[in-house]
Amino acid sequence: MSVNIGVVTFPGSLDDRDAVRAVARSGATPIRLWHADALLHGVDAVVLPGGFSYGDYLRTGAIARFAAVMETIADAAKGGLPVLGICNGFQILCEAHLLPGALTRNQHLHFRNRDQRLRMGSVASAWTNGYTHGQEVVIPIKSGEGRYVANAHTLDELEADDRIVARYLGGNPNGSLFDIAGIRNEAGNVVGLMPHPEHAIDELTGPSRDGLGFFTSVLRHLAAAPPVPQGVNA
Amino acid sequence: MARVVVDVMLKPEILDPQGQAVANALPRLGVSGVASVRIGKRIEIDFAGEPDLEHARRIADTLLANPVIEEFTLRVEGQPSA
Repeated sequence: MSVNIGVVTFPGSLDDRDAVRAVARSGATPIRLWHADALLHGVDAVVLPGGFSYGDYLRTGAIARFAAVMETIADAAKGGLPVLGICNGFQILCEAHLLPGALTRNQHLHFRNRDQRLRMGSVASAWTNGYTHGQEVVIPIKSGEGRYVANAHTLDELEADDRIVARYLGGNPNGSLFDIAGIRNEAGNVVGLMPHPEHAIDELTGPSRDGLGFFTSVLRHLAAAPPVPQGVNA
Repeated sequence: MARVVVDVMLKPEILDPQGQAVANALPRLGVSGVASVRIGKRIEIDFAGEPDLEHARRIADTLLANPVIEEFTLRVEGQPSA
């Protein structure tokens, strides 16, 4: 049975097409979702792509959080729907309180665009189970507000509960606390990541194929887990 | 028309690189003696009728400020902070 993975387009999304391409490359069927449409059209998982939703007005992700589709996604995520937020998608997940903490302006104020070395952490998530703990990968980062912050209690909890999915290696690009590049929620179905795995799925367009593992991991997760009921909105 | 003014500031413990950049530029203006600069946002909400502080607080709490990193104060224009 084919797996359907939704990719949301907000006004100002940039990387939705690359996310669709990555989903297709993983072997799943990409389904385009629209910010103003609250229906999830029966998708088995959702990707919130990078970009500048609503022009980053007010704060990154602050307005996207209230999009019609986000209210449905937030409910479904609490029921176990796998959700991956990439860059702006990570910012939206934090604003929606699906992940703790917040992403703030890079410490040095510069936009950082480079191929970034990462060390993978927790593999106990729907989106990282195909990696090994401690594995080194190279995935591009491109953001001006990627500095992860949270209070000391939250940071200690993320560390203690093995909820940091990736850390920056070879130089922290934005001043992110604990070198955090990505985290997962407690259940492991929601993951947020500042670097862009959808830009690292083949040698032709990226620095590596290291990002493809996020998209193949969720297929493994879905094959092992029963489908998530989506109620009347499905 | 009644205006409610909301001031949003980063919490004191949150790094404000914008404020630091401004502070670092001050010597070039010939200004010294400034210990620090922090940058926030001022939002003006105009109500059609009476100022609705309850709704203004809800707007500020759920949208204008992110309680993880920011705090806010609000006041009806012309009156002290509430």
